[in-house]
Amino acid sequence: MASQAAHPFAKPRSIRVWVERGLTAICFLCALATIFVSAFILYTLVVESAEFFRTIPLKEFFGSPNWNPLMKDGEYGIRALITGTMMIAAGSAVVGVPIGLMIAIYLSEYARPAVRKIAKPALELLAGIPSVVYGYFGLTVVTPLLKMINPAITTYNAFSGSIVVGIMILPLVASLSEDAIASVPRATREAAYGLGASKAEVSLTVVLKAASSGIIASILLAISRAIGETMAVTLAAGMTPTSNIDFTKAIGTMTAYFVEVSSGDVPRFGPQYTSIFAVGLLMFLLTFGMNLLSRRLVRRIQRFG
Amino acid sequence: MISKRMPAGRRNFDRFFSVLGMISIGIGILLLIIVIVGAVKDGIHMVSPDFLTRRLSPTRPDRTGVLTPMIGSAYIVGLTILLSVPIGIAAAIYLEELTRPSRMREFIQANVSNLAGVPSIIYGILGLALFVRAFQLGQTVIAAALTMSLLVLPTVILVTREALRMVPKAYREGSIALGATPWQTLFGQILPVAFPNIITGIILSASRAIGESAPLMVIGAATYMRKPPNGLFDGFTVLPIQIYYWSSDSRRGFVEVASAAIFVLMVALLALNFFAMFLRGRARRV
Repeated sequence: MASQAAHPFAKPRSIRVWVERGLTAICFLCALATIFVSAFILYTLVVESAEFFRTIPLKEFFGSPNWNPLMKDGEYGIRALITGTMMIAAGSAVVGVPIGLMIAIYLSEYARPAVRKIAKPALELLAGIPSVVYGYFGLTVVTPLLKMINPAITTYNAFSGSIVVGIMILPLVASLSEDAIASVPRATREAAYGLGASKAEVSLTVVLKAASSGIIASILLAISRAIGETMAVTLAAGMTPTSNIDFTKAIGTMTAYFVEVSSGDVPRFGPQYTSIFAVGLLMFLLTFGMNLLSRRLVRRIQRFG
Repeated sequence: MISKRMPAGRRNFDRFFSVLGMISIGIGILLLIIVIVGAVKDGIHMVSPDFLTRRLSPTRPDRTGVLTPMIGSAYIVGLTILLSVPIGIAAAIYLEELTRPSRMREFIQANVSNLAGVPSIIYGILGLALFVRAFQLGQTVIAAALTMSLLVLPTVILVTREALRMVPKAYREGSIALGATPWQTLFGQILPVAFPNIITGIILSASRAIGESAPLMVIGAATYMRKPPNGLFDGFTVLPIQIYYWSSDSRRGFVEVASAAIFVLMVALLALNFFAMFLRGRARRV
């Protein structure tokens, strides 16, 4: 670094200087490598998708209601996969967001340190349970329970998928929203208390409003996680893509399609192979957009908070 | 906080709201217990030393064991850590200690955060195109490990940066004031202090890698494989993938095997998590 060479008392020993420069260069290359990872991801997705769209016209991709690439005359209507993915995203948000948000409010506004000491690691562990375990739980515990309530529910169904993915995103919503709520200045709360508001009123109006962009950011991130969720969704909700919105039946998400293709021998050529990349590109853009928006929102609180 | 003169309606709502919060916390903790118990209850009776040391049997649920996928998991996670940790730590050191705020740094940082948010299955697609097909490594242990390394790299960078940031600024200033170079400061002062937190982060990344299966599915894990892999260019299967196959196997008895394998997986993960929490607790006290 330039600053140390300029130091008036430093006697630069040439070997040490060269070794340190070398180490710095290595570290720089490692940091630069991450850019290559992104570039590779984008390059592969775009190049292979371009190949895909050369055989399957955009009109069929976005127009056809059916997704059936593994059949002989494959049908490539992405709408069926998007429907499944959006059902899980919406369903899991309905399950996970209210409870996660409530936990966040309680932990930062109400909870005694003892409660935090138990709840925080518990949430961390909940977030650390592998996806496939949630899938097994959905298939063997949640679905049989749902069947007791409504016998019309099939073995694989979007209800069960939404519930397990909802449980998976709950810790994420709770911890990120708690961070947002904790960054609300004390003075804001005290002003509201001073005006005679109760604790619930302060939490629900003043604090939630002040933390709103951070909370929305956490919800966006959670939904983006739900969109990318694979094994749990596949095991609980199945891999039968459909454009009908029926939570009691099996559906197929974009991620479940990857599992379906990979369970057999992945075809080496043709639209079956390249379709993986086209779906992948769409999913990448979807989650990337949501993550970007989420980070913008977080940066905004940091600036004004 | 609640004034005695507050109208009964508002007071009741306040109480209702705090009870609602407690219930939510209760639900969170209860869910942890229900999910774990629900997932292991069907198969826990099958777990035995035999179960851990037997190879896979594709047809007989009572004769199968988890040795094959356990060795597969150990191979892949071990290699993944070996490949991603040095690069990740070096990148984090560069971003946190060796460069001043600049456009370039900003860009790399934003890129690392983006990579951390990319769904794991996308890394699988990348691995399929890059390592399995373009580099012609095939559906092997090394292709799987390389893919997983790319997947955990952003996490390793983020946790290492977090650990470096927790080292007080005074340590750096003191060392530099005594005439140390940035690298002497790093090796002499910063890394020793940050070390326990870096290790904690790496353990948590490893436990994430152990449970991860979606990208390896896309790479192409072997559907049935009796013998454990014995080299970098062998086919592979890992514990979570085997759990997936067993769970969706409609033949009698295999669902219980899935549950038993989940028990083995969860014991390994909980042990790693508690170890990480213990290390972090100690690090905080220092």
